[in-house]
Amino acid sequence: MSAREPSEPQPSRLTAARILRVLLPVVVLAAGIAAWDLVVRLNQIPPYILPSPGLVWQTLLADWPILSASLLATLWTTLEGFLAAALGGIALALLFNQSRWVEYSLFPYAVVLQVTPVIAIAPLLLIYLPQETAVVVCAWIVAFFPVLANTTLGLNSVDRNLVGLFQLYGASGLQTLWRLKLPAALPYILGGLRIAGGLSLIGAVVAEIAAGSAGAGSGLAYRIAESGYRLNIPRMFAALLLLSAAGIVIYGLLALLSHLLLRRWHESALGKEQE
Amino acid sequence: MAVSAPLDLDGPPAGQAIRLRAITKAYRSGVLALGPVDLAVRRGEFVSLLGPSGCGKSTALRLIAGLAKPSSGRIEVAAGSPSQRGHSIGFVFQEPTLMPWTSVRHNVGLPLQLAHAPAAEIARRVDAALARVDLSEFAEAYPRELSGGMKMRVSLARALVTDPDILLMDEPFAALDEITRFRLNDDLLALWRELRQTILFVTHSVFESVYLSQRVVVMSPRPGRIAAEFRIEAPEPRGEDFRTSADYAAQCREVSRALAETGSARVRG
Repeated sequence: MSAREPSEPQPSRLTAARILRVLLPVVVLAAGIAAWDLVVRLNQIPPYILPSPGLVWQTLLADWPILSASLLATLWTTLEGFLAAALGGIALALLFNQSRWVEYSLFPYAVVLQVTPVIAIAPLLLIYLPQETAVVVCAWIVAFFPVLANTTLGLNSVDRNLVGLFQLYGASGLQTLWRLKLPAALPYILGGLRIAGGLSLIGAVVAEIAAGSAGAGSGLAYRIAESGYRLNIPRMFAALLLLSAAGIVIYGLLALLSHLLLRRWHESALGKEQE
Repeated sequence: MAVSAPLDLDGPPAGQAIRLRAITKAYRSGVLALGPVDLAVRRGEFVSLLGPSGCGKSTALRLIAGLAKPSSGRIEVAAGSPSQRGHSIGFVFQEPTLMPWTSVRHNVGLPLQLAHAPAAEIARRVDAALARVDLSEFAEAYPRELSGGMKMRVSLARALVTDPDILLMDEPFAALDEITRFRLNDDLLALWRELRQTILFVTHSVFESVYLSQRVVVMSPRPGRIAAEFRIEAPEPRGEDFRTSADYAAQCREVSRALAETGSARVRG
């Protein structure tokens, strides 16, 4: 043991490394904003071409009543699309796992749905579905495939000996599913959900923009499109800022969920704790 | 001294725990992996299946447990139909095969939970099984917090929790370091002396098979067949004295030679 000690990082250096990891991105952000501001000031760029960061912030505060309502609308669509994707993806993967014939019949179409760009499907959906439904369906289409693919992978990665053990002890299909397959697939499912969270926001935005050009809607993406027509560039930036923030928060929440569920047993969560 | 003797297949089934009659197992390609094998294991007997890797000894174990079906032949286990076997057979895999997402307590209690046993009974029997393998204070730990040897003992506790008449063990200690393996060998012998289950122990270690078992069955390379059998004579209880004795070394040499002959016979064709 004593021979290994010198190579192990000192606690103070560990904390320093951790502080740096938070500090460095913040420094980069600050430098980026400062450079942006400087460029706008020095070249006297008018706000309708490139607003200064300060103006964007002011607009965000001034337009908060409109923007917050739009943010809520977009988040609501994202959440509905995400939940539908999560439930649909997991349920379909379970169905595939139970019946190979169902998998053979449906899997190609799941792939077709995935590889067809959603921006091309959105206008069609808006014709055939009520607008609110169409937006949710778009979010669902882009988000469900990662859940389906990851869950399928997880269900197929169950330890063969554990399957044998369940068989030996006469486990029913439901017991095997609930006590073995789902827990074993959980890290994969959570990985799929993390991807799906970001994608459902993208799906919602794409659908809103498609719908927005048809002249209706109230989400953040619609605000961006609308502000673009009116050359209200500061508000475009403010709405974009909110969309990014929403994406980060969604990712963070899903990463936190993943960490909480896996921290006691899965390798992916252990690495972080031992750091 | 060990003697290679033909199997006594006409023994009364009443005293037997496991009986294989002309068992074969072929791969899907049609290549014969195992057999034909005839084997009878008495109730309470400790038998080792010794052979090179790929000789089908693990396959034989899976067949007996009902995890796979033989291509031909009959398997009689004093444990009822394949669906009931779980209640009287304990199976220990080469890896600990624990569920990483739950505690030692829930891993050990799994066979009882699957059988919908009452919670109080599960708790009582899990405590007893953990005490047997000396892991009582680790009941709430997760598998990743345990060493390789401790994980294997959890696996053993899980196999014991249903109080099985038969223990099937598939190279359970092969992945462990020698010090841990010796200790677990002694623990297993102590358990067997107390509970007297029938144990069928698959291994590729001559030393382990001679140290542990009453009878060593040597298998030939693919297709796995029984090449020789040895009755191991040792003073009870076996321990460090036996492991270091000239008698042990002599019997190991004997078994080792038989094992080598199965290999060279194969090479000579």
